[in-house]
Amino acid sequence: MYAKVVLPMGIGKTTFFYRIEGWMVTTMLKKDLINKVSEELVLQKQDVSLALDIILETMGEALAENRRVELRGFGSFSTRTRKARNTKNPRTGVMMNIPERKTLHFTMSKSLKESLIHQ
Amino acid sequence: MAKSNLTRKDLADAVADQLGLARTTCSDIVDAFFDSMKSTLTNGEPIKIVHFGTFTLRDKNPRNGRNPRTGESILIKKRQMVSFKPSKKLRERVNE
Repeated sequence: MYAKVVLPMGIGKTTFFYRIEGWMVTTMLKKDLINKVSEELVLQKQDVSLALDIILETMGEALAENRRVELRGFGSFSTRTRKARNTKNPRTGVMMNIPERKTLHFTMSKSLKESLIHQ
Repeated sequence: MAKSNLTRKDLADAVADQLGLARTTCSDIVDAFFDSMKSTLTNGEPIKIVHFGTFTLRDKNPRNGRNPRTGESILIKKRQMVSFKPSKKLRERVNE
């Protein structure tokens, strides 16, 4: 979560965006994930960033092929098919056909599920 | 289903093939990514990955459950659940 902070006139008219921790729920973004992993493994950020792109690309490709992505200890991603259906447009009342489509589904792994139980 | 699942090993192989890094380093990278995502979610912080999707946490209230085999009543503790919302780009890709 980013907050807009405007400094008083004396310091300058610049508007800064500060990341505020603990004020609201922060969201981990792609760059935070890359920073964390590159620090942890002492690798170049560039390589880690490329690696993440490859990982996400490979996962997307597999899901597009209807394959299940199973990551032990984290969870799994799978596709589910929604049937085609006829429905009415609520505004105009015109009947229309919604074609069959696929949705993505994420299932938590057992260990992730257990670590989210609060004492 | 004839198609096999995609696992961590496949992801590490893909990274190794495309980046030319050592295979062990690549599997470390893959593990580190999912481990840090897991610890972030465990700390109650949502994750947003552009062009892929967001992982958010949903609170579940404690409730009384029943063991279906013995009929015993037990308290199911307060917990959180991870829900994943795929990004528009990923949804479109899957529906191509």
